[in-house]
Amino acid sequence: MKHVKQNLPAILLFIVALVIWEGTVRLLSIQKFLLPAPSVIWTSFRENFDRLTYIGWFTTREALGGFAIGCSTGILVALATSRWTLASETLMPFAIAANSVPIIAFAPILNNWFGIDNPLSKMMIVAVIVFFPMMINTVRGLTLIDPAALELMRSYAASEFTILRKLRLPNALPYMFNAFKVAATLSMIGAVVSEYFGGNRSALGVFITQEAAQFRFQNSWAAIIIACVVGLVFYLVILGLERLAIPWHSSLRAQQS
Amino acid sequence: MSVVALSNVNMTFNSSSANKTVALKEINLTIEPGEFISLIGPSGCGKSTLLRLVGDLIKPTAGDILVNGKSAHQARLDQDYGMVFQAPVLFEWRSIIKNVMLPLELRGYSRTDQQKRARELLALVELNGFENHYPWQLSGGMQQRAAIARALAIQPKLLLMDEPFGALDEMTREYMNLELHKIWQETQTTIIFVTHSIPEAVFLSTRIVVMSARPGEILHITNVDLPVPRGEHTREEAAYFETETEVREWLRAAKQK
Ligand SMILES: Nc1ncnc2c1ncn2[C@@H]1O[C@H](COP(=O)(O)OP(=O)(O)OP(=O)(O)O)[C@@H](O)[C@H]1O
Ligand SMILES: [Mg+2]
Repeated sequence: MKHVKQNLPAILLFIVALVIWEGTVRLLSIQKFLLPAPSVIWTSFRENFDRLTYIGWFTTREALGGFAIGCSTGILVALATSRWTLASETLMPFAIAANSVPIIAFAPILNNWFGIDNPLSKMMIVAVIVFFPMMINTVRGLTLIDPAALELMRSYAASEFTILRKLRLPNALPYMFNAFKVAATLSMIGAVVSEYFGGNRSALGVFITQEAAQFRFQNSWAAIIIACVVGLVFYLVILGLERLAIPWHSSLRAQQS
Repeated sequence: MSVVALSNVNMTFNSSSANKTVALKEINLTIEPGEFISLIGPSGCGKSTLLRLVGDLIKPTAGDILVNGKSAHQARLDQDYGMVFQAPVLFEWRSIIKNVMLPLELRGYSRTDQQKRARELLALVELNGFENHYPWQLSGGMQQRAAIARALAIQPKLLLMDEPFGALDEMTREYMNLELHKIWQETQTTIIFVTHSIPEAVFLSTRIVVMSARPGEILHITNVDLPVPRGEHTREEAAYFETETEVREWLRAAKQK
């Protein structure tokens, strides 16, 4: 009940926006290929439901696979380099620079390496995209530590491994969840956009471009909405996991009690 | 064998750079088992630095530090001391009881023993009922009491306490002074105690070390000849007032230097 009340303004705004959209398109009789009305998109959605869910799931798997590969290597590299301060200090500027490179531009090359039809080529693009924010944030979380907390652990003569387990990792969790949230959004965008450069016939991005090429824009729109919904759900799942994993963190305290 | 022996200890921070700070100069101090030593002196005179040196959390620029007849480094590895820092340094992801259990956990105590001991200590510092709270749900003084409980957990033979009662109100402070006095007597722990409060230093100590403003030097050592056990009555004895006056005068001299 509380949630409904909290989100009521957002829901209302959403409905109002839909109504305005529908109304404007009808009143000004805007061409379907410029902007289809929500009702038209909805019809397309119902008519193509089976195909849309099939290709939606196909691309979601690519996003999930890339997310898993990219995040896990990002965390592993962060763990390895933060162990040796010199290594992480040498690597960090490169990682930060690489993070601002539009990696999606490499999509055609990775398509070529792994095979354009192969979902692995898209997973690798997604993996490379999410790798850098994941690694950078994890290194920050592992190294930005209250010096007094480190002194406390040293006063217990704790080993580096114990310090990692009891101090560095818990300290890194909030940073890592921030990276997971960014990565969740990026992975769906990365998967769909990389499919624009060609891919399997049952991929969401391929469907969007092909339907658009044949002026069936309402179908493209329906597919785009699927991509949005999947991205949103992915993000919300991470948000939920974050609440379970780090309820103590200051960003989540206000929502408690 | 003395518990702590400092000979010709010097500490200079950033010695090579322009903002070099001579924190401690030619410190010579020997502390015998069972002593209660208070360090008192103007802010920034190097009291915390001295505790850190004894705890081997920093290395002296020159001089020798022996703890229990060993090098300070070896004593730290043997976990010969417990430390209460100037800030509580509680881990925000651990509940209060889990924070107190940390040193016991690192020493491999069984879970039930950890909990039993932590509960006893929390009762001692009057934090029963707050076991499952998180640090941020406690006031500054309560957090500091939790930190004291944590330092007592491993029953160290040497306790280094950096202004542990600085954040407490007068009544709680007097209560904690009494409790600390009892603990000191019962456990025969050697305690080095940093404070800004003259009454507190006189009430607790066997000797009071007055330090001069930076660069920190030992200006004077006052012997406190008050019988133990001490209690409410101690604060009414003539010797108590005499010692207080003596320390106050030396402290005044320390500030003027
Ligand atoms: N890590 C450090 N790097 C550089 N300078 C330091 C460092 N730690 C302490 N100092 C300097 O050494 C001097 C003594 O500091 P210290 O913290 O020991 O003072 P203190 O006597 O504990 O003061 P207070 O009563 O305010 O706690 C100060 O001038 C401080 O600036
Ligand atoms: Mg200090």
